[in-house]
Amino acid sequence: MTGNIAILGYGLSAIGPGIGVGLIFAAYINGVARQPEARGMLQPIAFLGMAITEALAIFGIALAFVFRG
Amino acid sequence: MSLNVLGSLATADGGGFQAPTAGEFYQPLLFDGPFAITRPAVVLLLSVGLIAWWLIASTKEAAIVPGKRQWVTEGAYGFVRNGIARDIIGSKDFLRFVPLLFSMFMLILVNNLFGVIPPIQYPTMSRVGIPVALTLVVYVTYHYIGIKRVGLRAYFKNLVPPGLPGWIKPSIFVLEVITFFVTRPLTLALRLFGNMFAGHILIVLFITGGWYMLTSGGILLPAAGAVTWIFGFVMTLFELLVEFLQAYVFTLLTALYIAGAVADEH
Repeated sequence: MTGNIAILGYGLSAIGPGIGVGLIFAAYINGVARQPEARGMLQPIAFLGMAITEALAIFGIALAFVFRG
Repeated sequence: MSLNVLGSLATADGGGFQAPTAGEFYQPLLFDGPFAITRPAVVLLLSVGLIAWWLIASTKEAAIVPGKRQWVTEGAYGFVRNGIARDIIGSKDFLRFVPLLFSMFMLILVNNLFGVIPPIQYPTMSRVGIPVALTLVVYVTYHYIGIKRVGLRAYFKNLVPPGLPGWIKPSIFVLEVITFFVTRPLTLALRLFGNMFAGHILIVLFITGGWYMLTSGGILLPAAGAVTWIFGFVMTLFELLVEFLQAYVFTLLTALYIAGAVADEH
């Protein structure tokens, strides 16, 4: 089997952010379901959280291409 | 890209499917080397021209009851002004940052949307230099505001939140300096770049892979190729969502960093 181990590394680096983004949106949906009028307030917070959590996965894909050789 | 290009791409180097690489994104149109006029440069110029034309044309005859075009422009402006700037920076001094945020939002949004609009189909932000340039503007802006407001010494002193025990302060200070000067700009630029780059390469992979399977003969493989191609279209729709989201997130984070610099407390 041939290939590049960097891609495997990207797969690993995507696990954490995947779980994190899931948790964030679960909490966001929960919040909106409990209190629909709070949607406007929760939305930027949810997307901020997503953006920050996502950073690791983005580093992962950037580094996967950097170390491709 | 025309289908001929796709076909030759898929079957380059004799047999076997060539997965798209990062080299896909370097497309010089005129000249070569560091001063080449590349496809993203042309797309970027086009987007700037288009935004300028649209904003001027749609607000030239601004009426109290807006027409269709004015309504679109006002919607986008209101979204950035009220939904991002005022909510994040606060109603006291958000107004002077609205031009910056609105320009950022429009530029990124239009350039991202160019990634899926058929004749252009090149997300400019997938060349890392362009997000880096945008991030540099944000980086200089929030540091400049912060330092101008309280002075250089106090700016660094304010990095550490008040009320911490003395022994923990040095390590927090180091962490905060890394956050402010390295992590923030790095993630801001890489997030936009990474999303556009990965999304575009994914679409190219689905389309070229689907084309390769469609044209490779047999029955099962073309069937799988058709499914792959349909999935390529689905991914294009998903990309549309991501493109809008990234423009939003970039503007949101810019507003957040500026808010941190203009806020009185840490």
